[in-house]
Amino acid sequence: MPVSTSPQGQPVWRLRTRRAEWLRFMAWLVGLCLIVLCWRVISDNTMWVFVEDAGRQGSDLLARMVPPKWGYAERLWQPMWDTLNIATLGTALGIVMAFPVAFLAARNTTPHSLVRSAALGVIVASRSINSLIWAMLLVTILGPGVLAGIIAIALRSIGFVGKLLYEAIEEIHPTPVEAITATGASRLQVMNYGVLPQVLPAFAGISVYRWDINIRESTVLGLVGAGGIGLQLNASINTLAWDQVSVIFIMIFATVLVSEWISARVRHAII
Amino acid sequence: MRALQAASSEATFDSARMHLARQGQWRPMPLIRDPRLRWGLALAVALYLVLALGSVGVNWARVAEGASRGLNFIAAFAQPDFLTRQRDILNGLLESLTMTLTSTVLGVLLAIPVGLGAARNIAPLPIYLICRGIIAVSRTFQEIIIAILFVVMFGFGPLAGMLTLAFATIGFMAKLLAEDIEDVSWKQVEAIRATGAGWWQTMNHAIQPQVMPRLIGLSVYRLDINFRESAVIGIVGAGGIGATLNTSISRYEYDTSAAILLIIIAIVLLCEYASSYVRRWTQ
Repeated sequence: MPVSTSPQGQPVWRLRTRRAEWLRFMAWLVGLCLIVLCWRVISDNTMWVFVEDAGRQGSDLLARMVPPKWGYAERLWQPMWDTLNIATLGTALGIVMAFPVAFLAARNTTPHSLVRSAALGVIVASRSINSLIWAMLLVTILGPGVLAGIIAIALRSIGFVGKLLYEAIEEIHPTPVEAITATGASRLQVMNYGVLPQVLPAFAGISVYRWDINIRESTVLGLVGAGGIGLQLNASINTLAWDQVSVIFIMIFATVLVSEWISARVRHAII
Repeated sequence: MRALQAASSEATFDSARMHLARQGQWRPMPLIRDPRLRWGLALAVALYLVLALGSVGVNWARVAEGASRGLNFIAAFAQPDFLTRQRDILNGLLESLTMTLTSTVLGVLLAIPVGLGAARNIAPLPIYLICRGIIAVSRTFQEIIIAILFVVMFGFGPLAGMLTLAFATIGFMAKLLAEDIEDVSWKQVEAIRATGAGWWQTMNHAIQPQVMPRLIGLSVYRLDINFRESAVIGIVGAGGIGATLNTSISRYEYDTSAAILLIIIAIVLLCEYASSYVRRWTQ
């Protein structure tokens, strides 16, 4: 117990030993120095002249946005439908690709440990790279449009769905699998009747969750030309039509809230 | 009455199934019991797919034209070029890493008061509502949208990026922290209060030790997310490796972009290992 003695010879309780206190102090010192150093780098690369009138710029921006140009909303229904399609079809495509990857990546269903590391590599690569970067690449390859957005969303979803699903597969109960194996079932039949029913609720929940995230992400894919409402956002920003931008923001806000509500309801119903 | 009917139909369904099974024709249970709902859902999905796929306009000529570029890109992954643009890559990476660290620290520091305010069990109602509002706004908008606004306000460069990431961190951390605080064991709070401790002392000795392990784990996780996001917000001019990546892709220098993507993947992997290590150590 960390106790130190006061000059009067009375024991005084302390939270930590002296050694631990020194260690903590040093750790804080090193951390603080690192942060100050990082701040230096940022501050060197910043033009402070621009920052000085940030308040004025901000209020100016707000003033330009404030009466939103509601008439513009009529022209947003088609892009909104595209955005929903990008998210939904992208999620569906991503799930189809993630499903086999997850089974190959789970320790208890993988055919070989080499296959497992390859599948894990696919999952990490897909998870590390944001859907916007995928979209940027695909737009240069496939040309601008909804298709690039769908594939970008799908590629990003593989990692997310694959990771959560393979973790769910690794946590299944082994007894049903053993029971099915004992009947002489083939490997595929074991998967179908022993593993799949156990992970299906988790799988459905993960898919709906990812769909909800994808709606959010697909609203901005248009910034790099991959279709959806982001195209209108980009055009409005480029022409400095901030009253249109605010209409788009409100639409995005509403869509995200609705999709979050749907996803929460569905997950609640499943689990 | 409705429930009774449903129960009886379920019973007949089960007995019919059992009857078939005794004759050696076993079938797995259908996922959705009610056949009307089952077929209705299938029909709705099919209808949606037809409508959605019909509205996806694909310019096949353009796709065929880009196919060779796609192959180039895949080939570039086999031979990533780290050296030609070494200076740009290093500068972008340094900017991204500094942005990540400072924004996470700033974001977590700001998220702690917001999180305390958004926990219903220790905050009064008006403060609770304000803090929940901050969290909702910060979580709804994508980082890139916030980045556009901040770039307009603060000019191009890493400062706008840092503030964007810090703002996004507030929503994320404050929400999870508030949920954690709402789940703390109240006994310890009562014990500390019984010693006559003030508000600060209660927070410091009753709440903080209970939420600290998860707070550290989440901060490290957020560090990882912020790095990934810092690669994106460069597209709209908020500095970092994203700007370098954007330039290299639009100049069709796929070998450089492949190198940058590989570096991002490696750093994310490293962060993930570090964060799982830290989480094991704190718990």
